[in-house]
Amino acid sequence: MTGAAVKLENVSFGYDETRVLFNVEIQAGTIAAVMGPSGAGKTTLLNLIAGFERPESGSVWIGNSDVTGIGPADRPVSMVFQENNLFAHLTVEQNVGLGRSPSLRLTDADRIAIRGALARTGLEGKEARLPSELSGGERQRVALARALVRNRPVLLLDEPFASLGPALREDMLELLIDLHREQNMTVLMVTHQPDDARKIAQSMIFVEEGKVAATGNANLFFGPDAPQAFRRYIGV
Amino acid sequence: MAVRDGPIAITFSTLKAITPGLAALGGIALLIGGAFAGLIAEGFGNLPAAIGAFDSWLFRIARFTLWQALLSTLLSVAPAILVARALSRHPAFAGRALILRLFALPLALPAIVAALGILALLGRAGLIAPLWGPGWPGIYGLSGILIAHVFFNLPLATRLLLEALETVPADQWRLAAQLGMNARSTFRLVEWPAMRRALPGVAGLVFMLCVTSFTIVLTLGGGPRATTLEVAIYQSLRFDFDPARAVAVTTLQIVLTALVLAVLARLGANVAGDANLAVSRRAAVSPRLSETLFNAMVLAVAVVLVLSPMAATVIYGLKADLMRLAGEPAVQSATLTSLGLATCSSILCLAMSWSLVAGRQKLAAARRKSPTSLLERMFDTGAGYVLIVPPIVIGSGWFLLLRNHIDVFSVAPIMVAAVNAVMAMPFAIRAIRPAFDAAALRHDKLSAQLGISGWNRLRLIDWPVVRRPMATALAFAMALSLGDLGVIALFGSDAVQTLPYLLLGRMGSYRTDDAAGIALLLGILCLGLMLLADRLGRTAK
Repeated sequence: MTGAAVKLENVSFGYDETRVLFNVEIQAGTIAAVMGPSGAGKTTLLNLIAGFERPESGSVWIGNSDVTGIGPADRPVSMVFQENNLFAHLTVEQNVGLGRSPSLRLTDADRIAIRGALARTGLEGKEARLPSELSGGERQRVALARALVRNRPVLLLDEPFASLGPALREDMLELLIDLHREQNMTVLMVTHQPDDARKIAQSMIFVEEGKVAATGNANLFFGPDAPQAFRRYIGV
Repeated sequence: MAVRDGPIAITFSTLKAITPGLAALGGIALLIGGAFAGLIAEGFGNLPAAIGAFDSWLFRIARFTLWQALLSTLLSVAPAILVARALSRHPAFAGRALILRLFALPLALPAIVAALGILALLGRAGLIAPLWGPGWPGIYGLSGILIAHVFFNLPLATRLLLEALETVPADQWRLAAQLGMNARSTFRLVEWPAMRRALPGVAGLVFMLCVTSFTIVLTLGGGPRATTLEVAIYQSLRFDFDPARAVAVTTLQIVLTALVLAVLARLGANVAGDANLAVSRRAAVSPRLSETLFNAMVLAVAVVLVLSPMAATVIYGLKADLMRLAGEPAVQSATLTSLGLATCSSILCLAMSWSLVAGRQKLAAARRKSPTSLLERMFDTGAGYVLIVPPIVIGSGWFLLLRNHIDVFSVAPIMVAAVNAVMAMPFAIRAIRPAFDAAALRHDKLSAQLGISGWNRLRLIDWPVVRRPMATALAFAMALSLGDLGVIALFGSDAVQTLPYLLLGRMGSYRTDDAAGIALLLGILCLGLMLLADRLGRTAK
């Protein structure tokens, strides 16, 4: 499987006091970090791509298809949230299994895929545990395992490791890089940590006041010629 | 290119999701609307008679209704301040949790069982008569009504006031101790301000319960001098058969309860009450010996007041020939009828409550942070408004509507199940909603992404989370329905008898032994269900 390009064309959307207008394109198979101040619209950007929000006007493209009118479950997208990625009353295996069948009717092939994904994310032997019996890092690994069995070309991560300590976060980023190397999906990750972005991102998307204020190569963003707005934001 | 609907418009998917809720609201509207239709048709069918029925007799009854409610409220709430304070001053003595449990029991006890217990204790032939000596007058009339109302409402008011006291932050208690406040200043500066905020709501709730009290007044009120509007409705339909008068009395009752509820709403009272109370501990204050003795006395009196009618029910009930009663076909069939109706009623109640809770959550999620729509508010509190129209009023309206068309006694099962289901809804919604809303908040996005919807969503995601609160609500609704003697008093007949109706009949024909036995059975059934509801509710947390 390979990633698919993501494109937002004049996508406008608003609720309460928030208004956004996005024009942005992410190339297939890249890892893009989404950064910007709180309330700038980073999560809204991800929600629009995932289909949790429908644009008032404009269109969302994934690969060669216009997905603007398509529901979240039918888009070629997986999303990992900061928390609440798991159903607390279901086991690890069931939580991952939901990525294969929303009715949890699993075939033998599904079970093999689930085992594989759990092994890949370092969760062997924890199939029968409940989320409450896992650490915060392990819970996010389960969410990644589910994204693996879903096998969708776009992976959205909304501050997935924000509640983890530095060492754990490091591990998770390594895992993410490995998974990306194997699957080559398109990844958009919202983060507040410049270090995280520098470590994994090939390209950067800087969001400010409901708009994509700057995009470009990650090397550029963390080099001497970084865009003004971004420099102001990270304070260099 | 997709266009999103404006914030006010409801999308098709939202509409689909709230259809069951709309149906539930429709059901409530039909139940209440039908009752009003019956009243209006009857009233305008014979307007002069209906207007003529607003006579001095009726106003005397209205005055007594308010008077007994006012006295009951005073006698329940004022002592409750002392009792709540005593419990709050001593947060960790042996038996405290037991007292709190005991105070939760009257809520579960059917009014007719409590009335019988009080008669067994204080009636003309009660346990107390031999101690008093010859000439014990018994407690029929106003005194009986007041004692029964205090039995029910003193524990309720105590629990609510204690809840208010427990909202005082622990630091304030520590501060009070550090500053060396004595009992008097602590009361004036810490406890009273906390309770005063809750007091209007608590008093209002108790007043409301006493204004609409039917069973107590029917069984303990003595004759025309101690009758309330609710009982007058029953008498005008079942004994005098005077429809014009029934219309007048019912109308007055509706106006009265609406007025009381309007005042309550302004005071911010929570009419649905709560079945559970957190037993929290805080840094112990150390009251002086004299205060400790006083508090112990207050608690002892309250415990005796609440415990003795229940003890009398058990003592008299065990004296009855329980084996003969159990073999009696009338008792067997009434038990089966009661259980059957309570089951139907509680399932109906749960289905409607679930629909409203789910619909409200859907509407709230769809609107985000914009102001709540009228529809959402109806989903939210619509069920609460049924409390304006007590069961007797609904029953009376439908009785008048149906009496010329069909045999009214044949619809007894439907009326009993439907009215009790609707009456239990405010409580059921309070039990289900927190768990449901919390689960929805956590799971909606994830389910949307994974395509889990409809039956799968219910089976895999929602049901495991709300199973326990649902069971709590079910047991509560069953207990409420089992013990109810409102609608069945109007619609009951030899063909359709529930346990409370049978009990009323046995009391009326002075077969007090039978009555005591049936009361024991009914009391155990209801208490068992309530303890179950309480237990399920606790472990859910």
